[in-house]
Amino acid sequence: MAATLDTPQRPRGFAARGRRGALGLLAWLCGTVFFLPVVWMVLTSLHRESDAATNPPSLGAPLTLQGYREFFGASTGVSPWPPLINSFSASLMSTLLVLVLSIPAAYALSIKPVRKWTDVMFFFLSTKMLPVVAGLLPIYLIAQNSGMLDNVALLVVLYTSMNLPIAVWMMRSFLAEVPVEILEAASIDGAGLPTVLARIVAPVVAPGIAATSLICFIFSWNELLFARVLTGVVAGTAPVFLTGFVTSQGLFLAKVCAAAVCISLPVLIAGFAAQDKLVQGLSLGAVK
Amino acid sequence: MTITHSLTRRARAPQTARRTTPPRQSRGAWARRAPLLPALIFMIVVTQLPFVGTVVISFMRWNALDPDNKAFAGLQNYKEAVTDPQLRSSLLTTVTLTVSVVLVSLVMGLGLALLLDRQFRGRGIVRTMLITPFLVVPVASALLWKHALYNATYGLINGSLTWLWSLFGSDSPPQPDWLSSLPLMSVEASLIWQWTPFMMLILLAGLQSRPMDAVEAARVDGATTWQVFRYLTFPHLRRYLELAALLGSIYVVQNFDAVFTLTGGGLGTANLPYTVYETFYQAHDYGQASAEGVVVVLCSLLVGSFALRTVSSLLREETR
Repeated sequence: MAATLDTPQRPRGFAARGRRGALGLLAWLCGTVFFLPVVWMVLTSLHRESDAATNPPSLGAPLTLQGYREFFGASTGVSPWPPLINSFSASLMSTLLVLVLSIPAAYALSIKPVRKWTDVMFFFLSTKMLPVVAGLLPIYLIAQNSGMLDNVALLVVLYTSMNLPIAVWMMRSFLAEVPVEILEAASIDGAGLPTVLARIVAPVVAPGIAATSLICFIFSWNELLFARVLTGVVAGTAPVFLTGFVTSQGLFLAKVCAAAVCISLPVLIAGFAAQDKLVQGLSLGAVK
Repeated sequence: MTITHSLTRRARAPQTARRTTPPRQSRGAWARRAPLLPALIFMIVVTQLPFVGTVVISFMRWNALDPDNKAFAGLQNYKEAVTDPQLRSSLLTTVTLTVSVVLVSLVMGLGLALLLDRQFRGRGIVRTMLITPFLVVPVASALLWKHALYNATYGLINGSLTWLWSLFGSDSPPQPDWLSSLPLMSVEASLIWQWTPFMMLILLAGLQSRPMDAVEAARVDGATTWQVFRYLTFPHLRRYLELAALLGSIYVVQNFDAVFTLTGGGLGTANLPYTVYETFYQAHDYGQASAEGVVVVLCSLLVGSFALRTVSSLLREETR
């Protein structure tokens, strides 16, 4: 690094401006490199199978929606809708359950915290550090004996346990942003708990709830291990379907890429839409 | 239950300043605890009780393919797990994989965050492009790397090599089979691609939260760019670096999707989660899989207690 002063606000002379331009160019280059595999995935998904698997790559090949048509079962007879619906319902229901459980818990841990609240926080976080495989077998056996195998409800419970600790941490940090003085002033003025929650707490934490839900939804949507071990024909999720897609169909690159695009699309759209909130959520609320 | 409990105790030790509530009437205390209980009970039932089950099964001789031969086996499973060269190698793989992925993506994420912290044209677009790898569903990204990028005959990497070589008039470009010649590195590269954006996001937020008046003052006093970074930016970023490393490790240690999809655990890429999965799901050796699971938990306790200490310092800072 050259020992010159330059801030974005105060470009000094020609050399500094040139260096800034070069760094901007470097950022663009890095961005392109990271983005390239995704572009390649989309491009391949739009090629005919004969153009998809070529060496060197055929960039100018004609585009077609064939891969997508086949993914949605036009020729294979395997519909992706049941797995997509399973993924969607498991993710949605577990997200709702996480919210129902985590918001009161976070309330008890932030506004008027219970005694030893940090211990409770660490308990929640430490459950994230226990590898999930270590509890998988008993869960499998219990599910098998109670007829819960291959059932979306089982995934809902497990995804909830997977996301609840993170959600408690996130919600606590969002609730901690509610100014205590205002809460006290409101209760002195005679506002009851429901009023305080609805008029003061809710508006402050609503974006936090949105971020928490989004992250829980994404993690549930992405999950593979539980779904692979505990589901089969009926309750298989989109990621399981995707892994099976390759083996059952043989390798058809364009079709596989089309499938990958379709299954990633909901997460991509949601993630792009909520970039800033995503960061705050992913860092457990430690980053404002 | 007991294990994580001792974990929380140990992590709590350095905790000095925190919000303390004076003891009150027990009815009030229970009213405060009530909202917490559903979540707490749910977590204990769903995550801690199964682990107790794992510990019990780990002392049993139990193979699902041989259901009549089910009995107490003492420490036999543990003896086999500890002496099993496969488990040892997967332990080593897990450590290598986690450390290299977390470190490399942390360093790259820092570099990218520093680049993106400046003003330049199209910054928002570059940021969005950089986030994308993190948002692709992990199985999809593993499939993408395996078939569209790494494939030896038509993958993008070798295809680009062919194209580059042909520019110089050569028709014998190198065409390595990435997944079989560099299996672990291939898995790592795909994971680094996936996790660098995550590190960048957290570090970028850290950079943007730094108090600019101190930076301005230092500049006025004649500090160089390097000095500002070394004495102001880096100390401020430290807790964000720790947080990013911690959260990244939690997820990378448990990685299953990439190993399962890219190599199927072959060629020395089987990590602990994959090995346990294999013993349980393919070999159906329940007793053995449970013992391996317990060993995995004991190992993650080592990492976990360190990680919790890091977080406890974060929380302490906040409550001060």
